[in-house]
Amino acid sequence: MSTAEFAAFSDNAIMFASIVYVLAFLAHLTEWVFLRSVPVPAQEREPALVGASAEVSEPGVALATGGSDNSGNAEERVELWGRIGLALTVVGCLLHFGGLLTRGLASDPVRVPWGNMYEFTLAGTFGVSLMYLVLMKRYHLRWMGVAVTGFLVVVLMLDQLVLYQDAGPLVPALHSYWLVIHVLAAIVASGAFATGALALGLFLVKDRATRRGKIRPGGYLTRLPSLEALERVGYRLNAFGFPIWTFAALVAGPIWAEYAWGSYWNWDPKEVWAFITWVIYAAYLHARATAGWKGKAASVIALVGFASLLFNFVGINFFFGAGSLHSYSGG
Amino acid sequence: MTMTTEQTEAGGSSSQPPRPPSSPPALSPVELSRWAWRQLTSMRTALVLLFLLALASVPGSVIPQRNIDAVKVANFQDRHGHLAPVYEKLGLFDVFGSVWFSAVYILLMISLVGCIVPRLRIYWRGMRAAPPRVPRHLGRLPESRTFELDEDPDVVLAHARAVLRKKRYRVVGHEDDALSAERGYLREAGNLLFHVSVLVVLVGFAYGQLFGFKGGVVTVVGQDFSNSLSQYDDFSPGRMFDPDHLSPLSIKVDDFHVKFLTSGPQMGQPESFDADITYRTRPDAAPQKHDLAVNHPLSVPGTSVFLVGHGYAPVVTVKDGDGKVAYQGPVVFLPMDASFMSSGVVKVPYAAPEQLGFEGFFFPTYGYTSTTGPFSQFPDKLDPVLSLTPSHGDLGLGLGQSQSVYSLNMKNMEYFPSSDPKKLGPNARIKLSPGDTVQLPDNMGSIRFDRVDRWVKLQVSNSPGKGIALSGVLLAIVGLMGSLFIRPRRAWVRVTRRDPLDGDADGTRRTVVELAGLDRSSGGDLASEIDELERLVQKSETPKEHA
Ligand code: HEM
Repeated sequence: MSTAEFAAFSDNAIMFASIVYVLAFLAHLTEWVFLRSVPVPAQEREPALVGASAEVSEPGVALATGGSDNSGNAEERVELWGRIGLALTVVGCLLHFGGLLTRGLASDPVRVPWGNMYEFTLAGTFGVSLMYLVLMKRYHLRWMGVAVTGFLVVVLMLDQLVLYQDAGPLVPALHSYWLVIHVLAAIVASGAFATGALALGLFLVKDRATRRGKIRPGGYLTRLPSLEALERVGYRLNAFGFPIWTFAALVAGPIWAEYAWGSYWNWDPKEVWAFITWVIYAAYLHARATAGWKGKAASVIALVGFASLLFNFVGINFFFGAGSLHSYSGG
Repeated sequence: MTMTTEQTEAGGSSSQPPRPPSSPPALSPVELSRWAWRQLTSMRTALVLLFLLALASVPGSVIPQRNIDAVKVANFQDRHGHLAPVYEKLGLFDVFGSVWFSAVYILLMISLVGCIVPRLRIYWRGMRAAPPRVPRHLGRLPESRTFELDEDPDVVLAHARAVLRKKRYRVVGHEDDALSAERGYLREAGNLLFHVSVLVVLVGFAYGQLFGFKGGVVTVVGQDFSNSLSQYDDFSPGRMFDPDHLSPLSIKVDDFHVKFLTSGPQMGQPESFDADITYRTRPDAAPQKHDLAVNHPLSVPGTSVFLVGHGYAPVVTVKDGDGKVAYQGPVVFLPMDASFMSSGVVKVPYAAPEQLGFEGFFFPTYGYTSTTGPFSQFPDKLDPVLSLTPSHGDLGLGLGQSQSVYSLNMKNMEYFPSSDPKKLGPNARIKLSPGDTVQLPDNMGSIRFDRVDRWVKLQVSNSPGKGIALSGVLLAIVGLMGSLFIRPRRAWVRVTRRDPLDGDADGTRRTVVELAGLDRSSGGDLASEIDELERLVQKSETPKEHA
């Protein structure tokens, strides 16, 4: 195929991926609607923990409810729609990957598909999607399906509408394998932080509702893992992302900067914000280990960290544009 | 002295209202400094300082910084006449070198040292200590299980010991009927390694900031550059940098190549650029060649040279009113956008009867529409055009003030009037293609556009200590992984024999096993670990033990 054909293929693949994610989102919504008619298990051992014992750790049962027999029909439907949602997410993820791959092939010479904002977002959302599917079984993330697919749909749409750029080769400053490493690490870390923020956001919502006694039986919140498990999943995702972010921002980035700009740390706005993000996540990890901060306060810090990550990614390019050395933002 | 401040507070006069816990009690200086030290090295203070560090960095990304872009700072000062002096006082144009920023990170460093040292001591002791004795009430621990087995207590205990060993616990039997086990000692080591490495990174970074330098120089292709202060267009030395230590490097830029994309959606974007250079590490050294490109710097001991930019330098010949050549040579024009439309000025102080100046634009590939006016269609020099506004008078160079080479001081200069003010605007404008000559009015002279050269911007720098900083970060990451992913845990097993109960099927004595665990980190899923241990202990066959 020619580069133009690859480019067209990539655009189509991403479009179809978005559509499939929309369908996955709808399937998960349906799943939750049916869940309404399934009674919440009386036992306080939460769904996420049920899956934790080795014998029943099949992903499909992570959401399964306590199993009272009169609701068997609804339960089956919940299970069915959950599986459909998951299967669609897998398909979407494959299309997403195809789109990313062909985006790289659409340039002569072939290059990594994260040379501008559009592609970075494409890759970042792929990171979230992949991270969710990979960690789903280990951390029992099935309850995240609605949130993750919803997130993917919104961000991918915005990416195509607002940030789209035609495929083509990179500016010379980006001709470096350190770019590959630096951005790949940043993408993986951002994926983990995004999923972590989702978990901690839900933790905060559920925590607040619980405190105020406003939890509707059978609603979304009751189906989430216990507060403790939510908080722990959020912590683990962030803890997974933190060393990778450290590597991306404080190792690979400086090395690349040294090659490209002649000094490894320039206090360029992007670098400043990568550093701020790093410091806030370090503060989060500290707060979580400090008496009185674990839980609510620490989670808020993690969300602030994620906000600074987002600001670095979106805000800096809009506010500072050409002022930043990271000029690939504009293309 | 062993009395702690808490005890002092508790023993204080009860007639006084209770103080808020964070205010220093009235104590002797020694006690006060102890109190301050404990506050400074507390986890909460570390947290607050981390926040302050993040917060203190924010202005550095919002307000223009002198060491990044001095021109922007100057523009900012022009625009904000009132704010600028205040900002200047607060060090907001050099946030990362300011007193308050340094204060935050120095406090953090002190807090860090104060935190690491005692922990190192504790760790050293804890490392060699045996796992703690079995608590009396295992059922009160965060996770505990009780189940019964048929085997004898000794058999069960031996089996449990093997299971725990296999799971890499350190196991001791303080008592005959119970086991204490602990694992994950390396987590604390990883955490300490991480914090020590943070110190190492900061030392390496600070060393580079203090003793390094960074300078930029624009060199026209064909000319050379020798490494001395006077040659630099901009130079920012570290505080302790000694200019005598500049390495005696000299560089001649032989040639420069740039390739722009000529088709496709990103037409006009540079595909690659590089410069052929010849350099000598010292004046008497043999010349060596290097292909300087983005991502391919020149590194010689003590100095690195990077290609960071390029642009056009139109070569002009200016004759004055007497017909003498008053200026001949390349003039550096700075690119204004991706199409390399560039702006610049030609100053001719040696012209008679009056000094001459020209300001204007260079278009590598000239284009014109009535809506946009003149513009550059493409960044390569396919149809170069120089468009200048000439002026005459006094350039103001003699006053001993330094002046930018990229702008004219128009105070005592006057434009030439245009021939048709209605259609062309008030000032005369000159449009030149290579080879063209234009006479100035009133016999003031002429200007000829000879050809177009290119210039490259070289960045010359030295950052000593970067090896230290890099190894520091790498060690920090290793430590971090240990700290975050190793789960330190304690586990205890106690077995007791009990007599058969009425309900027991065959009336044999059975062994009650109590199993309990404690997670010493904050992220572990203790329940599933203990479930797993329970499962393994209940399995009758003994797993193979590691030696
Ligand atoms: C430059 C400043 C600092 C940075 C970037 C930093 C970063 C971190 C990080 C990322 C962790 C997480 C590791 C983990 O959870 O196991 C951590 C843990 C820890 N830090 Fe720091 N730290 C700094 C300063 C300090 C200071 C000044 C103290 C002393 C009060 C301190 C005490 C601790 C302790 C006790 C832990 C272990 C928490 C736990 O048990 O999980 N840190 N630090």
